[in-house]
Amino acid sequence: MDLLDKIWTVFASTMTDVLPIAGIIFGFQWLVIRRPISNLRRVLLGFVYVVVGLALFLIGLEEALFPLGKLMAQQLTDPAFIHSHLDGAITALRWYDYKWVYIFAFAIGFATTLAEPSLIAVALKAHAVSGGAISVWGLRIAVGLGVAVGIALGTFRIVTGTPLHFYIMAGYVVVMIQTMLAPKLIIALAYDSGGVTTSTVTVPLVTALGLGLASTVEGRSPLLDGFGLIAFASLFPMISVMAYAQFVAWYERRVNKRSLKGD
Amino acid sequence: MRQRLTNLFFAIFGGIRDLLPIIFVIAFFQFFILQQPIPNMGQILLGTVLVTIGLSLFIRGLEMGLFPIGESMAYAFARKGNVWWLLAFAFALGFGTTVAEPALKAVADEAAKVAAEGQIIANTLSARDNYANGLRLTVALSVGLAIVVGVLRILKGWPIQILIIGGYLGVVVMTAFAPKEIIGIAYDSGGVTTSTITVPLVTALGVGLASSISGRNPMVDGFGLIALASLTPIIFVMGYGMLF
Repeated sequence: MDLLDKIWTVFASTMTDVLPIAGIIFGFQWLVIRRPISNLRRVLLGFVYVVVGLALFLIGLEEALFPLGKLMAQQLTDPAFIHSHLDGAITALRWYDYKWVYIFAFAIGFATTLAEPSLIAVALKAHAVSGGAISVWGLRIAVGLGVAVGIALGTFRIVTGTPLHFYIMAGYVVVMIQTMLAPKLIIALAYDSGGVTTSTVTVPLVTALGLGLASTVEGRSPLLDGFGLIAFASLFPMISVMAYAQFVAWYERRVNKRSLKGD
Repeated sequence: MRQRLTNLFFAIFGGIRDLLPIIFVIAFFQFFILQQPIPNMGQILLGTVLVTIGLSLFIRGLEMGLFPIGESMAYAFARKGNVWWLLAFAFALGFGTTVAEPALKAVADEAAKVAAEGQIIANTLSARDNYANGLRLTVALSVGLAIVVGVLRILKGWPIQILIIGGYLGVVVMTAFAPKEIIGIAYDSGGVTTSTITVPLVTALGVGLASSISGRNPMVDGFGLIALASLTPIIFVMGYGMLF
């Protein structure tokens, strides 16, 4: 019965997500464009697939991975667990006593990003538009690494209590410098990958981690310090995607130089 | 029939592969670091099957429904040549998909709590509701504007970096003046506005527009709408925090 309730709630919330979009699309299609949609049946079936697929995806996550992931975030940030790894007299905790939290943040950030449906969508599109120059997995891994570093750094910030905006501003400066140096083709896509990383899979787990940390580390308030992890997770993929493109460009230049010398 | 079965097999295999890293991370931390058994094995297996089927269906639906409709509308608007209808559509898409977004509702309620605790607003239910609703409308408005500006950018061929870096400077300036309590929420609100259904649609629209207008490159000009839609809420939420 509990499961049925959950299924109903998730379907209802997915529908409220889709209905305004469908309304706008079909409204404009019939009132403004006034041309029949080609393959209407196929398109409608596609919408049904999207709604059902997304709902099943969310129900599955809530059944299987979220409870365990959230429980882990709480257990790993629990002072009792952190003390159990220290020997001798217990003094105040230092930032490096939270090493398993940072490692967990990195690993879970990377893993959840790889499964993020909206990132898969953008990667498919980028692969098609670039004529195959951007590989679906290359982009997904680059974004995943960016989110991983971002969230690990974000948990470090919560532990040390340094102000959020210092990190964000420093990140912006790096983004601006990279924008000048990176290949022009990648820039818009890199900016977009900041926004797509944080949706259905990543946000709930990361929020649990942030709130867990902010409520157990002494001197932090969940309300003030629990936020900000999402911001890290949307900033660092821009850096990692541009870095990936810069690396590929640099590597190709090197290979070209070599082959010239060889002639 | 055989072809179908192979397709199904590949779709499910793909779904499992996408999910494997999460399962691996959780199992590793559970067994080796926390040293605890995994509870409810059956439930977890069931959930994994659902996630796998769901992800495969979603991707199939993208290719059948969301991508083609986004692109065909972009072509139709470009052929029609009426910019105003295109901009109206862009605004409606940004505003309409954001205002009902459950993740945004959660963030807005949280923000109202913070504001009440910081004694920015009275700590009553109606004051908090007002604040949260105002915030939600503000964010939805900012996303609508972002898509409008982004579509204009594609039409005119403005470079994306000027808009984004200009926006960042706006964020930096606003951070200096905004109340401290709102900053974290404002930064996070940029990430929650773009839902899983909005992203493919908006991307298809941008790429479709850029490929149907001569002189635009779909790689350089087609992307960037999502980036703008995640940037403007930061500025607008801080502005909202300063005004109320």
